[in-house]
This record gives sequence, structure tokens and C-alpha cells, in this order.
Amino acid sequence: MGDHSNGNNKGILNKISETQVWKAIFRTGIPRNRRQRMMVMLNNVFLHLHPVRLPKHAVKVKYTWCMGGLSFFVFLVLTVTGILLMFYYRPTVEYAYGDIIDLKEQVPLGIMREIHRWSAHLMVITVWLHMFRVFMTGSYKPPREFNWAIGVVLLVLTMLMSFTGYLLPWDQLAIWAITVGSNMAGATPMVGTSGPGSSLLALGDVNFITSSSDARFAMIGGRFIGEAALLRFYVLHCIGLPFIIMIFMIVHFWRVRKDGGISGPT
Amino acid sequence: MTQEKKSDTSSGKPSAVVSPVEQHSLDRRSFIKWLAIGWTAFAAVVAGYGSLLLRYLFPNVLFEPKQSFRAGNPDEYEVGKVSERFKDQYGTWIVRDLEKIYALSTFCTHLGCTPNWLESEAKFKCPCHGSGFYKTGINFEGPAPRPLERFKIILDDEGQIVVDKTKKFQQEKGEWNDPESYITV
Repeated sequence: MGDHSNGNNKGILNKISETQVWKAIFRTGIPRNRRQRMMVMLNNVFLHLHPVRLPKHAVKVKYTWCMGGLSFFVFLVLTVTGILLMFYYRPTVEYAYGDIIDLKEQVPLGIMREIHRWSAHLMVITVWLHMFRVFMTGSYKPPREFNWAIGVVLLVLTMLMSFTGYLLPWDQLAIWAITVGSNMAGATPMVGTSGPGSSLLALGDVNFITSSSDARFAMIGGRFIGEAALLRFYVLHCIGLPFIIMIFMIVHFWRVRKDGGISGPT
Repeated sequence: MTQEKKSDTSSGKPSAVVSPVEQHSLDRRSFIKWLAIGWTAFAAVVAGYGSLLLRYLFPNVLFEPKQSFRAGNPDEYEVGKVSERFKDQYGTWIVRDLEKIYALSTFCTHLGCTPNWLESEAKFKCPCHGSGFYKTGINFEGPAPRPLERFKIILDDEGQIVVDKTKKFQQEKGEWNDPESYITV
């Protein structure tokens, strides 16, 4: 009786795995041996990011803290919650602050914005800890030195994501924090109006680097933090920077594999 | 060369005869030439578009208050008072003392926040990091490294005050003695 039902179950699984739909999606069939298990990893676009086989030390949480993986996980959380927030948030001086309050008090699941904010804080923390771990285990050494450089770019991009996202609630804290932050761009050497060497770029009396033509102006699209700055930061936060960060993440993950897999105690 | 080849064919031996198709295709030299021309043109287009793209980031029209504005008649301002009439829209305080009227920038010289005028304490106090300035604009407390800037201020033909924010006067450069930096009353 038991044997019979068992056999029946196997039969159903086998039947499903022999249908055309199943075969069209999963080329390799049910992984029964080593070769098939390897083929499963190689023939799936999502799984192929993982190594076919892991060295034992790679799953030692005490060694890696899993901080790189957690950073990526938090990034995915931020992507999903961020897209959901875009359904309600309008990046204009008139609506931005009200929409944030609306998200908190009127929209169902008012915690959505907080999840996004907490995850953003968390991502900065995990990225820093990941960097700290890589440094302390010496994983920046050859052959991984290029991936370290990619990682530094990713750290900067993470902080730029934080910076641009900080303006979007459009409250006093946001406006003045970005005022202070963007004034630093005005102190850029040569291309910032209050930076050293800005007066060198001049033809006679005509100064090319003014408060309406310097690096700060290009960043915020005006002379002070206003409508243009809000829109620019919104576009950078939701489209521009995520696009760039994903390209660098692809290279980063790919190089982990190509540089000999995750580093471990030797 | 070609004659040799022809003679080869006539003799009927298998040889390196150029087939009609190969004759019409590019040889290596002109292929590389066209490759260079193509890439140069491509690079030129990219560079041209790139520079236009950089220019694209600098809008021609700003939806911001004008850089210069009329501020009424001098007798609208009380002696010894700081007027906040144009603070929100134009970022300017108009101050009148016993001898003159001057226009102070509301841009904190530390990091660019907007200080508040505290009448009871007779000072400008910045909420961001606590910089303090006297009524003249001179810094005396907090992290601000230099006094507030003053704007060009003149009387027009009708006797109205006109403030021009494009011209700044900095005390530490000795520019506050410039006759354009104040109106004598």
C-alpha cells in the first residue's frame, strides 16, 4: 500500500519532469548525479552567479560575516520598497513633504517608508563592515586587488545613494543637510566657485566659474536647493545611481568567481 | 605581378587566382583605412554629444527669484533695525544704522545655512552649527570663518533702493568701504 503510493508520487514527479513545458524551461532534468547538478547551476541565469561547488570555508560565517551577501540582500529590499514608494511620492516642492506624511499616515502599510530608510542605514553599515572584513582578512591582496577597487567605487556609490535619498523627504533636516553637503561641491578646486583656482578660469574680467556655472550648480540645477535640486536628486536616486551601481555589482560578483572564489583562511 | 598570375592561369596550373568576389572585396589596407575613418567619426560624434551633454546640465532659465530687486524708499527702514522683508524671497537683510543702509546676505559663511535675526540678543544666529554675527555682519562666535557678505546697494533715479546680488562685498578684503556697498542717509 505504502510502496504503491510512493511509486505513484514518483510517477507524478517524473511525469511533470517529462512534459514539454518543464523540459523547455529546465534543460537538464532532475539532478541525480554530479554532472547533472553542475549542469543545473550552469544552465540557470540566476544560479550561475553561484559557484558550482563551494570550498568548505566559504560557508564559515565567522570568517566572512556574510556582509557582502547581506549588503546585496539589503540592496534588493531597497529596490523593492523604493519602487513601491514611487507609486505615491511626487518629487515636487509642492507635494514631496506631504506625500511622505501621506505614506506614513494614510497609505496602507505605513511602515514601507521606514523599511526603506532603515534598510538604507543598514546597507551603509553592512557595506562598511564588508569592507572592514575584506581588509582584516587581507582579501584585497593579489589576485583580488582589482575587485577591491571596484568595491571602493561601490562604497562611494552607496553613499551617493544615501546622499541623494536624504533630500527627498523635503523637510528642514533634508534641505539644510543637502545645502551644507552641496556647498562642499562649490569648494571643488578649479570648477567650484569658492574653491581654490576658480579665478584662474577667466578671460580678462569675465569669470567662467560663478555661482551659476560651477560644479555645485550642475549638481543642484540652481543657485540654492530648490525644485531643480529635488528633481535632479530624485532622478539620480531612483534611476541614475541604481543603474550604475548594478553595473559595478555585476563586475564585482563576477570577479569574486574569476579571482578564485571567495577568499578563505589558507 | 598580375601578368605572372595570368601566365599561371594560362598554363593551367592550380595557382593563387583572385576570384571575382575577392577582387571586389576590400583589401587589408583600405579596410584599415575605413576602420580608422569610421572610429574617428564615431569618436567625434561621441565627443560632440558628450560636450553638449555637459552643457545640458546647465539650464539657461532658472525658476528662481531675480538676482537684483527694488527694496522701496530709504525712509521705509527704521534706524537701528534689521529688516527681514526680503529674507525669504531674496535672501537679503536690509539694515539701517545711524549713517547708512546696507544689504546683508543671509548665507552663513560657514556652510551656507540661513541664520535667524534675534532681536533681543541683537545678533544673527545660525541654527545649523551655531555661528553668530553682529548686526554689522561681523562674525564673533561659532565656526563661521568670516563675516557675512554685503550686496551692492544703490539708489535709482526715483530714489528707490536697488539691491544687486551679483556684486558682493567682503569685509575681510576691505570691500565694505566701497561706496556701492552702502547708501548714505
